Amino acid sequence: MLHLVNKSPFERTTLEACLRRAAPGSGILLYEDGVYAALAGTSFAPTIANATNAFDIFVLAPDLAARGYAPDAVIDGVRTIDYDGFVDLTIEKQSVQSWL
Amino acid sequence: MSDATETADGLVTKRFLYVNRKAPHGTVYALEVLEMILVAAMYEQDVHVAFLDDGVFQLRKNQATEELEMKDFSKTYRALEDYGVEKIFLEKESMEERGLTPDDLVIPAATIDRKQMTELMDSMDVVLSA
Repeated sequence: MLHLVNKSPFERTTLEACLRRAAPGSGILLYEDGVYAALAGTSFAPTIANATNAFDIFVLAPDLAARGYAPDAVIDGVRTIDYDGFVDLTIEKQSVQSWL
Repeated sequence: MSDATETADGLVTKRFLYVNRKAPHGTVYALEVLEMILVAAMYEQDVHVAFLDDGVFQLRKNQATEELEMKDFSKTYRALEDYGVEKIFLEKESMEERGLTPDDLVIPAATIDRKQMTELMDSMDVVLSA
């Protein structure tokens, strides 16, 4: 399963809802305003750093770039992917769930 | 409303505050508020702009939106000064929660704490928030 989260963790609770219910080993892709969850040095970063132990967490690079962040701004253990990587992930993880 | 003043040509000037609380590209709010600010400035209003919560992300440097095929309007904040909009405020706590420092931003702005933000909002004639 690949979980998709596109809302800022500072404004909405969709990422927390996802983290509480995703099965261990699931993929979680942070995109659009969801990329703010992937940044190191924020008050939310420890939650994601901890979640990398249970899940494969990805962040979409073009959405990071649009918001002024380079790939090196993300938390260790979170993998940066591009649009092609997004497509590959949806195939690899077989099913997709959007947390809107 | 007692702070509103009338200029010689009969135009009423009010203290306006535009409150930015949304991140820049996931929704259209940030761009819409920026356009409202420019309109208010053209009508020679006493314009104040505040950035708090995810709104502080609007001012982040190096926004590169080419791959999204969207407008990078962060450059427009640098033109606010030319429109006479110089009363720009950032909330300290919002910056800290998001790991941002003034050096990360496209424009200089006064950093105020949450209590001062309360006072700023309370002192306005008109507050528009998005």
